Amino acid sequence: MFASFMTNTWIVATIIAIVAGCVGFFVVLRGATFAAHALPLGTFPGAAAASLLGINPLWGLFVFAGLGVAGIGRLARRQRNDVATALVLIALLGFGTLCLSLSGHYEQSVYGLLFGEVLGIGAADIPPVAGVSFLVILMLGLCFRPLLLTSVSADLGAARGVSASMIDRLFLGLLATATAMALPVVGALLVFSLMVGPAAAARLCTSRPIAAMAVSVALALGIVWSAIALSYWTDWPIGFFVGAFAASAYGAARGWRWARRWTALRSVHVTVIGA
Amino acid sequence: MSLFQAMIEAVVAPGFLSSGPVQTAALVGGGAAIVSGLVGVFTVIRGQSFAGHALADVSSAGGSASFLLGINPLLGFLGMALLAAGAMDLAGLRRAREREIVTGIVLGAGLGLTALFLHFDVATRSTTGAAIAVMFGSMFAIPASLILPSLVVGLGAVLITGLIYRPLLLTSLDPDLAAIRGVPVRAIGLIHLLVLSLAVTLAAMTIGAILSTALLIGPAATALRLARRPGRAILLAMLIGLAATWGGILLAYDSYRWTSGHSWPVSFFIVTIIFAGYLLSGLAGQRRAA
Repeated sequence: MFASFMTNTWIVATIIAIVAGCVGFFVVLRGATFAAHALPLGTFPGAAAASLLGINPLWGLFVFAGLGVAGIGRLARRQRNDVATALVLIALLGFGTLCLSLSGHYEQSVYGLLFGEVLGIGAADIPPVAGVSFLVILMLGLCFRPLLLTSVSADLGAARGVSASMIDRLFLGLLATATAMALPVVGALLVFSLMVGPAAAARLCTSRPIAAMAVSVALALGIVWSAIALSYWTDWPIGFFVGAFAASAYGAARGWRWARRWTALRSVHVTVIGA
Repeated sequence: MSLFQAMIEAVVAPGFLSSGPVQTAALVGGGAAIVSGLVGVFTVIRGQSFAGHALADVSSAGGSASFLLGINPLLGFLGMALLAAGAMDLAGLRRAREREIVTGIVLGAGLGLTALFLHFDVATRSTTGAAIAVMFGSMFAIPASLILPSLVVGLGAVLITGLIYRPLLLTSLDPDLAAIRGVPVRAIGLIHLLVLSLAVTLAAMTIGAILSTALLIGPAATALRLARRPGRAILLAMLIGLAATWGGILLAYDSYRWTSGHSWPVSFFIVTIIFAGYLLSGLAGQRRAA
């Protein structure tokens, strides 16, 4: 499991889990779950489009991600947010279907791009992933307060002179960058599971932002590590384990919160009866 | 006569109307478009685009399981979509944001299952095309035996929506008002979610799980921009969906002649027609406003 060909997998997966945990905190806080799903899914045919043109797949992914962010921003002006996201998603995917079909050989790698093939990561994948991740986390750190402020209350942000729509665009841009970077390595659907599950569970555990972010990163790391280990032993796809563990983490957090509220209610009850 | 025939053949390739797979695709796809138009209008009004997309994605787990078990794909898609709808409703959260998160969690878990089933598909039957077929659809590969069951499912969805039409419209437009007037808002919401699974299942089988959102949301969003009254919007959405589906099938069939021996995917044409229609409706709206 810790053989030399697995070293790259562990390193890249760890980096991506940290980024997903951080970005995911804001995804959950801002209610951007659909965008967090649509951007990776709409971006993945970019690799096929790039191979049609004979350029590096990463460029195709970044162009598609950029188109996605611009499209959502443009359509959301005249449409509800969720409808705008859905329309952009289908436009990208529709075009992507054509690219996938024309490029022919990409049909084989659709499964990998969608669900992730983490066991085939080369050493050359590490520097770009590490560089982009560092940038994303740096930007998140720099914009931490305005992001938090506009997430909690757009009016309060506007009163402080922070443009909610600009921050929104910036956040979607960061989301898309993180996505395009992680996509060829772990797959479109795994990125999404890693962003939403741990962060949603963390937010149920604590309401303090920094603590929630730390819990979210820790959960994402735990999920990815155990998923890689199990995937290695069973030969089942890693996406399955990540999806299942993320859902269990959220379910456990809901259960824990419910139990805590119940015991709190009961202790109040006991005090009242006792008095 | 010969000129007329040549003109027809330029648009409709010879053998188009008599081809068995085309007839099946036109029937099942047309049914899916009509049901999606009807259900889609309510889905857009209620702001449940994400739920619609998630149900379709999760239904792909059923589709890939049916490949594996060799059962009827309709049963697979439908069973998984209904399960997911039940799970989303069980979590029953009132706040929209929390509901969206639960939708996302169910979606993530469901897609994990899809990954697992597709993995077994590839491992046991070496069907490498399963991922493409399930996610992007393979319209011309729908077996003729599926026509009747899918039309029955579609008819069921239309009938149920017709039965709860007025309360559904009221709860979609103003849930508070509906609650005051004694409409069981929660139950109506659950019924709509179940009907949504039926519609999405049909669309997922025809143009693929991740593109079914095109049939569900695209025509409805376009129609709601053009029509003011809900009834008219529903009719318009059905017509747009139907035109896009049949137009897409025709173009895909024709594309076999354009590029030698390699036809372009049907889903691409359908989505392109729908999206172009949406952009055009925006221009029409701008002119009206100006």
